Formats: sequence, structure tokens, C-alpha cells
Amino acid sequence: MKSPLTLDVLFHIGPLPITEPVLATWIIMALLTVGAWLSTRRLSLQPSRFQAFLELIVETVDGQIRDTMQVEPGLYRAFIGTLFLFIFVANWSELIPGVEPPTAHVETDAALALLVFVGVIYFGVRASGLQGYLATFASPTPFMIPLNFVESLTRTFSLLVRLFGNVMSGVFVIGIVLSLAGLLVPIPLMALDLLTGAVQAYIFAVLAMVFIAGAISEGKPREKEHERTTA
Amino acid sequence: MNWLSLASIIGAAIAVSFGAIGPALAEGRAVAAAMDAIARQPEAANTISRTLFVGLAMIETMAIYCLVIALLLLFANPLLK
Repeated sequence: MKSPLTLDVLFHIGPLPITEPVLATWIIMALLTVGAWLSTRRLSLQPSRFQAFLELIVETVDGQIRDTMQVEPGLYRAFIGTLFLFIFVANWSELIPGVEPPTAHVETDAALALLVFVGVIYFGVRASGLQGYLATFASPTPFMIPLNFVESLTRTFSLLVRLFGNVMSGVFVIGIVLSLAGLLVPIPLMALDLLTGAVQAYIFAVLAMVFIAGAISEGKPREKEHERTTA
Repeated sequence: MNWLSLASIIGAAIAVSFGAIGPALAEGRAVAAAMDAIARQPEAANTISRTLFVGLAMIETMAIYCLVIALLLLFANPLLK
């Protein structure tokens, strides 16, 4: 049985080995980018069916951001929406025969989790300044600084392990069942995998929202307390 | 097959089997509580199920940690090479 932790090198660009998940990631990125460019080229006020479908996606993402983060979604739509769409398409890319989801390898998930880690810092600093963001580590008391610091690392790690474990275990189980039973037997498992893939994409995006919301709202707890005492 | 690889295989099996017990019980309780809440307040079903999904993902991570440990023992064991 092939280990899920090893990678096949497909070809080299100069000294750089290009592996299977990297190529799959590039293809998905290209598809999403070109698709987004082509489909938003001719927008009209009276939307066609396809445009209405796209608007439905964007409005759903907006609604989720509004519900979860309690802020206007404009600033965060691009980051959260791209994360969700990419992970969703990557998880469902196993529908194409011969394609293994790039999220089933730990490197892709590590990159995505790192993006969230950097994104939290970026949006936190942007919302309340460097000092305000650093002050969130000392809330509620300065004794919590080491714990809060460790938490920001471990939650990134758990984001990585969660996505990797879920997608990889699905692919792994299908491989085992296929080698034991035969051609059509793993189909129910694949259907279950599609559900897991969609839920994991949603959860990754929601957790990214929750982390960012924590970084931008904890930056100004003083004002809130002030409001509460004066109200 | 030496003792070390035997111990790794048994360790991996124990990690997955016992690591699944806790999250299974916890997920059962979480879903039961969410069902109860939705039955009492059907209009809050959206908020409840969103929170439920996030909570379930958090709980499930514990089982996934065990799975990853088991895979590390089986495929990337530092003691076996």
C-alpha cells in the first residue's frame, strides 16, 4: 500500500521537482481564475441564469460572513470566498478519474493553514493597528500571553490536520475498499466523501472567519466595556 | 518482523480504536442537544446547525489526531529506519 505521506514527482522545472498535488493545485487555480474572469466579463443588470447562479454564491458567502463575523463582508469576501471555493473544488476534484484531491496531501493543507495564520495577523493589524493587535494577546489578563500565543499556533496546526485527516482518510479508505472488493463497491463511500469534502470546505472557511473575527473584535474590548458601562 | 514494528502496528490500532470512543460519545451528545434545541425552537435552526457543524468539526479533530498518529506510526515511524 502506498503511504499517504509520500509524493510522486512528475517532472522537474530546473532544479525544482513538481509533484502531483502541485500540478493539480495549479490546474484548479487556473480553472477558477479563468472561470471567474470569463463569467464576470459581461455582467448585466438583468442577470442571465448563469449570472444569477454566481450572484447566489457570492450572496451566500456574504451572508455567512455577516452572520459569523458581525461585520460588513466587503473586506473579507475575497479571502474567505476564495478559500471556500478552492477547497471545495479541490475536494470534489476526485470526481474526475485519475485525479487525487491536492488537499489529501499535507503540504497543500499546510499552505492553506499558513494563509489563514497570516490572514488573521493581517486583518487584525489592519483593524486595530499593530499595538492593538498585540494587545489582544494580553486579554483578558497579561498572564494569558503565553497561552494565547500557543493557541494561535495550535489552532493553525489543528486547521491543517483537520483538513488533511478528513480528505486523506476518505481517499485512503476508497483505495483500501477498491483493492479488497472491486469496481462498483466504493461508490457509496465516494458519495459520503463528497459530503465530507463540502462540509470540510465550509468548516475551514467558517473557522477562518471565526479566527479573523476574534482578531479584529478583541482589538477594541475597552470601547465595548466603556459603552456597556455608559449605556 | 521484529518487536518494534509489531509494537507500532498494535499501537496504531489501539490509538485509532480508543481515540474514536471519546469523539463518538461527544458527537452523539452534541447532535442530541442540537436536535433538542431545534425541536424546541425551529426558527433558530439555521444558527444552531451552523454552530453544530463547527462544533462537530472541533470534536472530530480529536479523532483525526489519533488517525494521524496511527498513520505516522505505520508509514513514517522514525524508530523503524
